[in-house]
Amino acid sequence: MSDSGQDRGSKQFALNCPSPLQKDAVILLGHGGGGRLTAGLVRDLFLPRLSNPILDRLNDSAEVRGGSGRLVFTTDSFVVNPLRFPGGDIGSLAVNGTINDLAVVGAQPLALSAAFILEEGFAIAELAAIAQSMSEAAHAAGVEVVAADTKVVERGKADGVFITTSGIGVIPDNIQLGPERAQQGDAILVSGPIGDHGIAVMSAREGLEFETTVGSDCASIHSLVCGMLAAGGGIRCMRDPTRGGVATILNELAKSSGVEMIIDESAVPVRDAVRAACEILGLDPLYVACEGRLVAIVDDACAEQILAAMRAHPLGTGACRIGTVTKGTEPRVVLRTAFGPTRILDLLAGEQLPRIC
Amino acid sequence: MKFVDEFRDGGAVRICLERIRATVTQPWTIMEVCGGQTHTILRYGLDELLPPEVSLVHGPGCPVCVTPIEMIDLAIEMAGHPRIMLCSFGDMLRVPGSSCDLFDARAAGADVRIVYSPLDAVNLAERETSREVVFFAVGFETTAPTTAMAIVHASRRKLPNFSVIAAHVRVPPAMEAILASPGNRVQGFLAAGHVCTVMGIEEYWPIVNKYKVPIVVTGFEPVDLLQGVAMCITQLESGRAELQNQYVRSVRTAGNRSAQALMADVFEVVDRRWRGFDVLPRSGLGLSQRYAAFDTVHRFGLKAGRAVEPVECQAGEVLRGLIKPPQCPAFAKECSLDHPLGAPMVSSEGACAAYFRAGRLASVGSEAQ
Repeated sequence: MSDSGQDRGSKQFALNCPSPLQKDAVILLGHGGGGRLTAGLVRDLFLPRLSNPILDRLNDSAEVRGGSGRLVFTTDSFVVNPLRFPGGDIGSLAVNGTINDLAVVGAQPLALSAAFILEEGFAIAELAAIAQSMSEAAHAAGVEVVAADTKVVERGKADGVFITTSGIGVIPDNIQLGPERAQQGDAILVSGPIGDHGIAVMSAREGLEFETTVGSDCASIHSLVCGMLAAGGGIRCMRDPTRGGVATILNELAKSSGVEMIIDESAVPVRDAVRAACEILGLDPLYVACEGRLVAIVDDACAEQILAAMRAHPLGTGACRIGTVTKGTEPRVVLRTAFGPTRILDLLAGEQLPRIC
Repeated sequence: MKFVDEFRDGGAVRICLERIRATVTQPWTIMEVCGGQTHTILRYGLDELLPPEVSLVHGPGCPVCVTPIEMIDLAIEMAGHPRIMLCSFGDMLRVPGSSCDLFDARAAGADVRIVYSPLDAVNLAERETSREVVFFAVGFETTAPTTAMAIVHASRRKLPNFSVIAAHVRVPPAMEAILASPGNRVQGFLAAGHVCTVMGIEEYWPIVNKYKVPIVVTGFEPVDLLQGVAMCITQLESGRAELQNQYVRSVRTAGNRSAQALMADVFEVVDRRWRGFDVLPRSGLGLSQRYAAFDTVHRFGLKAGRAVEPVECQAGEVLRGLIKPPQCPAFAKECSLDHPLGAPMVSSEGACAAYFRAGRLASVGSEAQ
């Protein structure tokens, strides 16, 4: 916020009525200094968008009343490039990502915190758009950002904005999920088409721009999880396949439970547009990130009931079964290809990189 | 998805397999030249579906794999200079040089950028006029036209700060070197469809005639590869050696004449050392006299040394089709995706990486099969 903006701040501040931002204003080092510029940024930009009774008190810690059950706590940092992409931006991603980490362990989200590392020179209008997007994502999920912090680093020492969100939630006593609970015979379910988020982000990345109809699947899935948990039990564990995609989280779960998983390649749902983009770039959709999907390992006897509950939710209409947990000889994920032979679906050594030719 | 689904169709795959089974009467060894073909074979387990008489060996057609270590050392050395911005394709950054790779160089402070097209590097040079932008150009005849186009653009825009480490190579000399080597096992080739899309197919006739081997120009999908194998086996069983084109939906006999003209203008054919092969006559593409100003080596008066490859890594034997990756003593032991010793374990088209990723280290899917 510029000097003029800061002067305006004290007079024009009003909850839920964001003050007009000076068009070309940018983040200055002083916005992180803890003084008047910082206070102006909080009052004029963050509070009007993220306002709630707990945050508005501007206390050093937020007081949150919890329900009964086991408290869970999670944290995640967001450094996406570009900051805006079809179907979302770093703000909605930071809110939904942390809510989803709470949801997949069976928790009801209670509250979020958000810490911003801002680069000197970052456009304040863009920061406002990101805060607005966080507000909308939090509102849609019925969860509030109750604590926040802002720091500014010199130009060149960050990439616009980095956001770290943390979240707390409560798992009701009757819900017991865990990555070590997958058993031989269990069904492996996915809540919808995979890879949308990763392809949407890549389509907007500098040097790689391509036209696609794919938007990010970025969304909060905790109401989908609520429906699944209410379907009568049988869920062993769930995970949201973000970084590293479905293949990576299945490997993690196989290792935690000491089981082999057989995935049927032709059963894995992938949109045509995502498949096409992956073909062009030489990527495997099984390793491409999702931000509004979940993978669930469930008791085979309950699989149909849980699938029905998933399909009854707008975020789970494309839910399907993609594989089975087997005993196997070692913890690993095996892919049965379309023609019958199998191959190991291993962890990637690094990031998937577009091919040369 | 049109032009993909029909070439991955289970029914079509079965028909090709039946044709191969009905034709084959004795053991044959066929090499697929291109790393993209190797990955399709391993990805779909096509080699497991073939009758035991048909043995596929994997060729040198991975651009990252055949780039000699001294070229990588040269790129790493260039990247270390403060004014240099070194650009290349992502896979190149992971390939180990003598002491480190380009990712290590970047972590140590070098300005190393991943680009998706050589033209991106030209645009960077135009934007960053105080920097020397060096594009590390690797690849076969498939990617060489894009490098040629980048150099023509840089020349037209009169960019004094753009140059290229030209490590492009040509496929036919490598195929000839394989056939001429004393331990050669290859009896037929599936030639690289994308290379032939650019270059056409005529330059393979002399190899067919000299060595009496069938060459089938082949695509990259499961049905393409099995059709290519079927065409090759049919020739072998009937004692014929001909040049055939399976990949007719992409490859014209004369190839892409515009791309060829561009390459002829920008490049000249030179002798080039390959990883695993030593120097192959007329196998490389260096910059022509007309564009010598854009040659990094020429501009900076560089001289590539001669690097020593790790003794335990048998990448050379893998690239010549003499052994399969699991036969290398270092495979899945000292050498893995996390700690690659040789480029075939690094590249997305490398044969060792294909075997490692597909889990061809032990029996697979015990309960599933």
